[in-house]
Amino acid sequence: MPQPLDFATLQPVIVLSVWTCVLLLLDVFLIKRKSITAVLTAFGLALTLGLTFMQVGASNDGFSGMVVQDGFSTFINALQLVGGLLGVAVAHAYIKRTGSERGEYYTLLLFSVIGMMLMAQSNDLIMVFIALELLSIPLYVLAAFTRNTESEEAGIKYFLLGAFSTGFVVYGIALVYGATASTNLHEIVAFASSSSPSLLLTIGAALILVGFAFKVAVVPFHMWTPDVYQGAPTAVTAFMSSGAKVAGFAALLRVFSVAFPNISMDMAPVLAAISALTMIVGNIVAVSQTNIKRMLAYSSIAHAGYILMAFVPYGDAQVSADAIASGLFYLVAYMLTNFGAWAVVIALETKSGSGLELSDYSGLAKKYPAIAAAMTIFMLSLIGFPPTLGMVGKFYLFRAALQGGYTTLALIGVITSLVSAFYYLRVIVNMYMREGDPTPARDLWLDLTWSITAIATVVVSLAPQFLFVLASTAVMLK
Amino acid sequence: MEFLLQPLTLMTFFPLVGVLVILFMNPEQKSAIRWTALVTSLITFVISLWVFSKFESSNPDLQLDAKYAWIQVAGWNIYYYLAVDGLSILLVLLTTFLTPISILSTWTAVEDRVKDFMIFFLLLEVGMSGVFLAQDLFLFYIFWEFTLVPMYFLIGIWGGPRRLYAAVKFFLYTMAGSILMLLAILWLGIKTASFNMPEMLARLPDLYASGAIDPRTQMLLFIAFAAAFAIKVPMWPLHSWLPDAHVEAPTAGSIILAGVLLKMGTYGFLRFNLSLFPQAAVDAAPTIALLATIGIIYGAAVSYAQTDVKKLVAYSSVSHLGFVMLGLFALNPEGIAGALLQMINHGISTGALFLLVGMIYEQTHTREIKVYGGLWKITPLYGIIMLIVALSSMGLPGLNGFVGEFTILLGAFGSKAIGSPWYAGISALGVIMAAVYILYMFQKMFLGPQGEIIEDAKKHGHPIRDLNWREIITVLPLLIFIFWIGLYPAPFFNIMAPAIDKIIALLPL
Repeated sequence: MPQPLDFATLQPVIVLSVWTCVLLLLDVFLIKRKSITAVLTAFGLALTLGLTFMQVGASNDGFSGMVVQDGFSTFINALQLVGGLLGVAVAHAYIKRTGSERGEYYTLLLFSVIGMMLMAQSNDLIMVFIALELLSIPLYVLAAFTRNTESEEAGIKYFLLGAFSTGFVVYGIALVYGATASTNLHEIVAFASSSSPSLLLTIGAALILVGFAFKVAVVPFHMWTPDVYQGAPTAVTAFMSSGAKVAGFAALLRVFSVAFPNISMDMAPVLAAISALTMIVGNIVAVSQTNIKRMLAYSSIAHAGYILMAFVPYGDAQVSADAIASGLFYLVAYMLTNFGAWAVVIALETKSGSGLELSDYSGLAKKYPAIAAAMTIFMLSLIGFPPTLGMVGKFYLFRAALQGGYTTLALIGVITSLVSAFYYLRVIVNMYMREGDPTPARDLWLDLTWSITAIATVVVSLAPQFLFVLASTAVMLK
Repeated sequence: MEFLLQPLTLMTFFPLVGVLVILFMNPEQKSAIRWTALVTSLITFVISLWVFSKFESSNPDLQLDAKYAWIQVAGWNIYYYLAVDGLSILLVLLTTFLTPISILSTWTAVEDRVKDFMIFFLLLEVGMSGVFLAQDLFLFYIFWEFTLVPMYFLIGIWGGPRRLYAAVKFFLYTMAGSILMLLAILWLGIKTASFNMPEMLARLPDLYASGAIDPRTQMLLFIAFAAAFAIKVPMWPLHSWLPDAHVEAPTAGSIILAGVLLKMGTYGFLRFNLSLFPQAAVDAAPTIALLATIGIIYGAAVSYAQTDVKKLVAYSSVSHLGFVMLGLFALNPEGIAGALLQMINHGISTGALFLLVGMIYEQTHTREIKVYGGLWKITPLYGIIMLIVALSSMGLPGLNGFVGEFTILLGAFGSKAIGSPWYAGISALGVIMAAVYILYMFQKMFLGPQGEIIEDAKKHGHPIRDLNWREIITVLPLLIFIFWIGLYPAPFFNIMAPAIDKIIALLPL
């Protein structure tokens, strides 16, 4: 029988779920006033964010150990809620402009956020699976939201490959259950450390890794990313490129560091290879892109590689806390920067869907110095250049990799950063050093999104102390 | 408040005040923007003089500390830490001294997007001062990388026809070196549990002695740091970005690039490579001396082959900085003192050369040596100033270049670390070769029959004129130092001597 404490662990998720259902009904009556839906969505997210902040410092498990609430989950939840708010802010004018303003957009977004939050709180592989589906299915729909050919293609592609990858997760869970007779993360590790090494467990873990790898888009499971990111409505791309990635990493970090530390000897080389491949392929393929959405898609693949790099030595007890903290830190940096960059892309996209080529950015700085400066900050942050948060984040990641003894991996990381500078600089070159006359769309929420994220990217990099504290104290309940 | 009033903090970040003011000015008010930038940089210079007045030259240690805990969590031990000593004080003064001169040089040369130009220029000054003052490697790395950004824009927006290529090449080339340094910094940070120089220097000897860092690792770390600095210097064979960057950069950019940015590389060697990795520095000295010698001869030979006067000056930098590197890795007091003085000299002389080349380019819009000739008759003042600067650059006794190069060669001849007088002997040929290419340039441009450009300019209604008052004021301070250092260098040597002795005491010679 569930106790009050059980509900307390999931309080923000429950409140947001109720709010979403209410909004789904309410939206039917708001036929002409979809802006109100947007405002109510933002209100729900903000309210939940407040509730999440009230959970800081508390840690419990609930519903017979199916979910946990700890520093780690609170950190991720807060991040996802901020991502949701930014997602609403960039979408509001965009879906109006592209003529696809329907109230379901916001409710789907909310359901996805709920899935993302649950993902960080799952303490049982069954919960992981449910959360994964809850976050993914609304995203499939959102990807196809504008109902034109590209968007529908993106939706169906994402759905098929996503369903395929979920299959891997389910099969992996089944094998792990077969090996350890449990799906609870703590019971898995307890069983694994008391018995002899089992091949079944390793294969199960590897299959689960494949599923997560699809979600966070690392090589060689990244094939869907460029097509889906390009075809999906840009506001959806902005939301899922941050949110789904954070959620995937949240699950990956928790499941592997809690349930599978015993098989880290087997997993580390695999993780190292995936991370190295991701950094190399993501960055090198990005160089040849001429479409900004595809370029940012490959860039997001590459960034998953950097985060994974720090996580490779997760089995080393001395390093694992730092590895997780650096991953969390970088996820914050990535989310801020990435949302900002996508907001600029959205501003430059025209009604007919053009304005997405790199050459469309030529001459932006002349008439619109503020938006060009913001984009410059995002590009520098993605390269890992001071004075931006991306640089501090990469510092943290590389240190974790070096601490774990993966010098070669760190070396690949810095060299691919250099490669990445080449294509990020191209955006800056076009904005400042070429002639052209682009006209970005102006909208209060969009302007606020890129200006606030740009300022935060710089300011937090100069005073990163609090973020370091938050990331390094966001420990898991073990 | 106390934080901001620290002399070094105030000096480093004061240009930001100017940036803020300019940010809110109308882009059309070009003259007001120029004055704001100039006044800001002059005030910064005055602050640097105030810093200098507080500096005790007899003290070999870091002084005027501004030290605050910055990131002190999760095993990070990072401070905001600025301090100055005999190794950096002159370079800091060079930075604040050359910045207003460069801004003056743009007065009529930059008409397009003046507002952006001045903002980037002042940001660049912040970065440069920070590089010379930062005593925490994290902070140093931030400043070091940050200087790339404004310079990249200066070349890319206001540069010549191939500016995009030059800007991107400059950025990527320099970044290639610094990322290796980044890994080395992190590695050192993990081993010593600190990022600031005094703590690292206190802990490293034990780590070396106990074998926790073996000699091979020490050498790898040395190479990682050296990669960043050698590209910046630039040492042969890593110099190929320099001619492109220099030729395409606007005049003010070239002055700062040659005058200060290249010095960041040699300063890095002096500050970090010598003291953090003393054994590796001694082991690497012959190799670096060899590369420096090749650079001296190669730079001088290639200079002679140039038809573009700016390219000629650019390649001469490769040669001159070869001397600096040779002096540094002589690893004795004469060599290092000569190298440090030569850094200042090169900043002044080559800065002045770029300034003068820019002045004639502004009138004629060409830098082809062959179209000039007989300029002296038309512009006698310009001619005499160019002659002085050219002679200073080639190292004529009585002018500044001679003092530096002579001391360097003296150090290199007697150097135990380099181990052979041959390097110095061959390098001395570089001095003669410098005379060849500099005098060749001077002769072709200023003497002999009148070049076609003079008639051309007349035909177009803009006959070539001599220097105006603003240009004289711009170049005059440089001339003063050319004579001062040439005739009475003792005060400069006195400032650096104690700090150099301290560095040398660390070396296992």
